Amino acid sequence: MELRNSIDGGRGLYDTFAQSMDFITGIFKTSLGRKYLMAITGAGLFGFVVMHMLGNLLVFAGPAAINEYAAKLQALGPLLWVARIGLLGMVGLHIWSALKLTSENREARTVEYEAAAEPVDAHRRDDIVAKFAARTMIFSGLIIAAFAFYHLAHYTWKVPQINGASADFESFYVAEDFVTPLEGGVEGKDHADIFKMIVTGFKVPAVSVFYVVAVGLLCVHLSHGLSAMFQSLGFKNKNLAPWMDRFAMGASALIFIGYISIPVSVLAGFIIIK
Amino acid sequence: MDLKLKVWRQDNAGDVGRFEEYQARDISPDMSFLEMLDVVNEGLIGSGKEPIAFDSDCREGICGSCSMVINGTAHGGQKGTTACQLHMRHFSDGMTITIEPWRATAFPVHRDLVVDRTAFDRIQQKGGFISVRTGSVPDANAIPVSKDESDLAMDAAQCIGCGACVAACKNASAMLFVAAKISHLSLVPQGQPERERRALAMVKQMDDEGFGNCTVTGSCEAVCPKEISLDFIARMNREYGRALIKKGTV
Repeated sequence: MELRNSIDGGRGLYDTFAQSMDFITGIFKTSLGRKYLMAITGAGLFGFVVMHMLGNLLVFAGPAAINEYAAKLQALGPLLWVARIGLLGMVGLHIWSALKLTSENREARTVEYEAAAEPVDAHRRDDIVAKFAARTMIFSGLIIAAFAFYHLAHYTWKVPQINGASADFESFYVAEDFVTPLEGGVEGKDHADIFKMIVTGFKVPAVSVFYVVAVGLLCVHLSHGLSAMFQSLGFKNKNLAPWMDRFAMGASALIFIGYISIPVSVLAGFIIIK
Repeated sequence: MDLKLKVWRQDNAGDVGRFEEYQARDISPDMSFLEMLDVVNEGLIGSGKEPIAFDSDCREGICGSCSMVINGTAHGGQKGTTACQLHMRHFSDGMTITIEPWRATAFPVHRDLVVDRTAFDRIQQKGGFISVRTGSVPDANAIPVSKDESDLAMDAAQCIGCGACVAACKNASAMLFVAAKISHLSLVPQGQPERERRALAMVKQMDDEGFGNCTVTGSCEAVCPKEISLDFIARMNREYGRALIKKGTV
């Protein structure tokens, strides 16, 4: 009490501060708190995955549509950086809590069972043994993170050495009509030719294969993560669970189809540079 | 029926342990799993060997003592059944049965199939109770409790603390147990005064004991002899969040 009064003259600020600190400790230093972090950042990243896919699908509407969309995103300026830093923060927290939780899980069970699960009621085996997607979250997650880094280097930082297309995406610009190619465009001043980048990028089979595999893993990850998210946040129960599981499976499948439709269409010659 | 048993033998907590094989002959299909082990132990004692140590008490499925993983499955995998209530008729003649103790860092093996489950007791001591005057018996119905909530509280209260949830979980997580204990008392009026403190303290002790974290695989619910629902883990997650906001710390 004496300490409290000496700090804030008994105005209650000390209590408020102490309570906020307890709240933060309760989130970052406990099992359930870290599960909240996983779920909330996971939900945010899922939102990004959906928006990114919807934006990408504009490629089917032709070069003008997607190039204009990209130009509008670029024009957001400082807001774009807020979104980028927010995303990076969510990725960081998601990975940090995943590594922390996984290492605790490994320490909690250091000896595995000799026998594979064979319950006397054989049909109950599927309920007792954890599903593939649930067992492999850390692996699917880390591979997706590695892919995301490659994907940024490929299309955002436009590192020419890794695109496998013997072209420099840095030189792809369009004029004000978003269609006519522009020679000698300047970054930040002229509009990037996203359409040409997508088509040139995915024309390389190895790049497309890596993309499809990564998106496949993302969907395996989401098929478990999206339903577990509701449980971690305390929303799940036996009445809602079947719907939440269907949502997880359905959303994962739609995301898979939505994303892979682009490299598949490029390789099949359905999307071409006119 | 005749069976081949492959049993985990460990002399004490410090021993590395090993599997040993035994023949179980002339077993009646009507015996319980523990009675079958009793017969095998009689034979071992008769031939001057150490019997297989295992926990048991009530042998009617309500005490939660019998802890063993039978063919890779806690309690053997019959729906809502403890090992003592599992009968030999569910096994086929001549088959090999592997018997192992619960495997979890927080449940160290004492000997053979006996593990130390005092971690659960320490979690309970942190808040799995209500502080009330325990004088004379109160009048029935003096405190109104709604039917729905009392049913749900009773579902949670069914937990016998056997530890099968921890044994079955790939992460050795105790969340189903802790969720049942937190939910049970948070649902009835008697549990309200200590509601936030209980959730915070029990979760903290669970973490300190070195149990893993829930990854929502559902294995715990599937092996639970009292069929405690995964819904209680969601309820615990809500209770903990509520307690963090209202109270913050123990």
